[in-house]
Amino acid sequence: MPFSTHRPLPAEIRDLQNAIEAKAREYGLDFFETVFEMVDYDEMSMLAAYGGFPVRYPHWRFGAEYDEMMKSYSYGLSKIYEMVINTDPCYAYLLTANELADQKLVIAHVYGHCDFFKCNAWFSKTNRRMLDQMANHAARINRYVDRFGHEEVEKFIDRCLSVEDLIDPHLPFATPREEVARQSEAARKRRETAPPADRFEAKPYMDQFVNPPEALEERDRERKERDEAARDTRRFPERPERDVLLFLLDHAPLKDWQHDVLSIIRDEAYYYFPQGQTKIMNEGWASYWHTTIMTQFALDPSEVVTYADHHSGTMATSPQRLNPYKLGIELFRDIEERWNKGQFGPEWDACDDRAAKESWDRDLGLGREKIFEVRRVHNDITFIEEFLTPEFCAKHKMFSFAYNDATDYYEIASREFEKIKKQLLNSLTNHGRPVIRVLDGNYRNRGELLLGHDWGGVELRQDWARATLTNLSNLWGRPVNLETTVDEQPAILFCDGEEFDVTPKSPRGARRRRDGAKQTV
Amino acid sequence: MSRAIDRDSQRFKKIVRGKIRGDLKKYVTQGEMLGRKGRETVSIPVPNIQIPHFRHGQKGSGGVGQGEGEEGQPIGKGGRPGEGDGPGTAGNEPGRHIREVELTMEELAEMLGEALELPNIEPKGKDEISASKDRYNSVRRTGPDSLRHVKRTYKRALKRSIAAGEFDPRNPVVIPVREDEEYRSWTTRPEPQANAAVIYMMDVSGSMTDEQKGIVRTEAFWIDTWLKKQYGGLQRRYVVHDAVAHEVDEDTFYRTRESGGTRISSAYSACEKIINRDFPPSEWNVYAFQFSDGDNWGEDNADCLAKLADDILPHCNLFCYGQVESPYGSGDFIRELRRVEGEHDQLILSEIENREAIFDSIKEFLGTGR
Repeated sequence: MPFSTHRPLPAEIRDLQNAIEAKAREYGLDFFETVFEMVDYDEMSMLAAYGGFPVRYPHWRFGAEYDEMMKSYSYGLSKIYEMVINTDPCYAYLLTANELADQKLVIAHVYGHCDFFKCNAWFSKTNRRMLDQMANHAARINRYVDRFGHEEVEKFIDRCLSVEDLIDPHLPFATPREEVARQSEAARKRRETAPPADRFEAKPYMDQFVNPPEALEERDRERKERDEAARDTRRFPERPERDVLLFLLDHAPLKDWQHDVLSIIRDEAYYYFPQGQTKIMNEGWASYWHTTIMTQFALDPSEVVTYADHHSGTMATSPQRLNPYKLGIELFRDIEERWNKGQFGPEWDACDDRAAKESWDRDLGLGREKIFEVRRVHNDITFIEEFLTPEFCAKHKMFSFAYNDATDYYEIASREFEKIKKQLLNSLTNHGRPVIRVLDGNYRNRGELLLGHDWGGVELRQDWARATLTNLSNLWGRPVNLETTVDEQPAILFCDGEEFDVTPKSPRGARRRRDGAKQTV
Repeated sequence: MSRAIDRDSQRFKKIVRGKIRGDLKKYVTQGEMLGRKGRETVSIPVPNIQIPHFRHGQKGSGGVGQGEGEEGQPIGKGGRPGEGDGPGTAGNEPGRHIREVELTMEELAEMLGEALELPNIEPKGKDEISASKDRYNSVRRTGPDSLRHVKRTYKRALKRSIAAGEFDPRNPVVIPVREDEEYRSWTTRPEPQANAAVIYMMDVSGSMTDEQKGIVRTEAFWIDTWLKKQYGGLQRRYVVHDAVAHEVDEDTFYRTRESGGTRISSAYSACEKIINRDFPPSEWNVYAFQFSDGDNWGEDNADCLAKLADDILPHCNLFCYGQVESPYGSGDFIRELRRVEGEHDQLILSEIENREAIFDSIKEFLGTGR
């Protein structure tokens, strides 16, 4: 690559980095070594299009993003200030055209992110050598491109990307499947080798009377039948499977290279997932530390106005959009204040006296310690669940809004705390995306795939659902069905790669009319 | 050095172009492009170049925001509440905005040519007509100072001073004199060039409504675009007629509204006059396009056919008659022309029922490759 090849930082930036890094450590931030690089806007856009990595596999989507970023920059609509990637060492990019005050702000902000990457539990399973891994992925896909042609590989990547978000965010923390299998196998062995519990103890010469052989045989046969019956009705997969990609990898009829490409897409999806899972916290935490470091240490008096301008620009709120930077930093500050003043625990909760609550100050000074703990264990959902308070909502004028079908407008729905919190948690669940699971890999005993949409009150966007199902059925090689809700009725979407069909969900066993017609073909 | 992102960018542009090619008919018939006439490039909005995912729809969706406002107060139009990503927004998928791509008119014409399988035109008169072109590719000893060839002049001065023994390496001053100077010079080269002229004729009698004129306008635009790509220089003339014909400028051509009767022969006379005056057929590729609703004054028909056969068709590469369907016109004229169609290769007839038919009509007109 033309960049990232040992371009030394200018001396003044290097001095800044050293000073801010020392300060950050002094505050107790804990991060991997951080490598800063100076890039111009063109390179920044390119890196941003590639998700922060200099080498990615070839795909038009990166070109589209790059194009868009360069355009919106040249029209003055947006500007990327900084970028940092979760690796060890951390790589962060500074924009050459920025003035010194901005560089300080960005460096301080980056150390906040680096600390978060290293310390937050949800990042603990991510691959810290992703830089190499990404390059490795690129090399593999490039090889397939050479062998099978650009069109072919790109078309397949498009399909994989279409379902890339169908992964199980909790899987990295689950017991590995091999381990589960080994344990259940061991349990089965134990059951089999153990003496039958339904045999009475008896002296050998009395045995055939106490445990008559005919009766035992009868019982064995019954048990065997029961086991067989259970095996017949056993579902595949046994439990609904969140990780649709893994299910496809295990069971879809893919060629070797396709299998590899799909596993690459899945790998990268898992790598990026925690960043979406902790957007509010991560940005809030980094913003908290850039303000702290800037205002208490790094800022030169001549830079105050520039700094204030850019900080407030980052924190700006709008009615339609909750700013994760703003929400995050305010929540961290709120937590810090509450734990400093001791506004927590049963005593605080039980207190009904408003005046007492307002002047509540136990002078505990636990705030800093508490926010460090929060950044270690929480993700956005638990963060909101645990620390969003009615007082906070009122202070920040939060409201929930909803789509009004009749007017085609989004309207303010409520300012009640419970509703706001519920709405916020809803929209954070799975990044606000629908939760889809594999229910049956041999649906109607015809090798069709049955997926289920966990209905949470919002219907799927139909045109996209169709397109995605088409892609899925191409991957699966057989028709794909999706249980969901259409126009407030339970329904099954069916797609065989070309044709598309919606049927109201029928009771189990009942066949759809179309089937008969199809079977005669 | 070629970068990976450039390759991805190229790839993306190729996909976009493919998309436009697929939807070309839509762009051609809707006439959206007309507003961009005269510019080098056009921006075309291309929706739906994105990867589909399972996403929530709008119905029943919502989010959390911050700010003033009463319950029930609208905060944003459906479809795009808060762009960009972020929690609490219903529209948090990227790529909601429609992408626009820039294409040159040339590229667009090429796509049109491909889609319609239009043959390239073999212009006549390529050998006879020439335009001269200057190229600066030689030197001479006299000329204006602005064309002085500094390097050559210096070299000659250096050679002279060394030969004369005046040159001192420790003080390497070289002073050119008049004899040292050389100047750039040019040679004039004739370049064959094919010129084309288009004459548009339109019936503006009362029976032509705005809708019909819109169709004519769109079709004329695409004909222009294609011919411009085929020829270096393209001249256009416009004639409107009811019972009498006038030569007008382009703007007037599309705006004029008369209410008189219709006498097509008047337009043919005007057309003939223009050809004789401006475009001697030996040097020009002349294209004539006539648009009408086919309603002519009955006694005029014979006159028309005679004029067409004697004075116009022999001088034209193509004479295209497009008849737009009008609620008022009888549409007889095309039948008159049909009778003589077989006798003249240059004569092309096309009936344009509605906007949809523009696409095929263009193909009929330009598909001959003449």
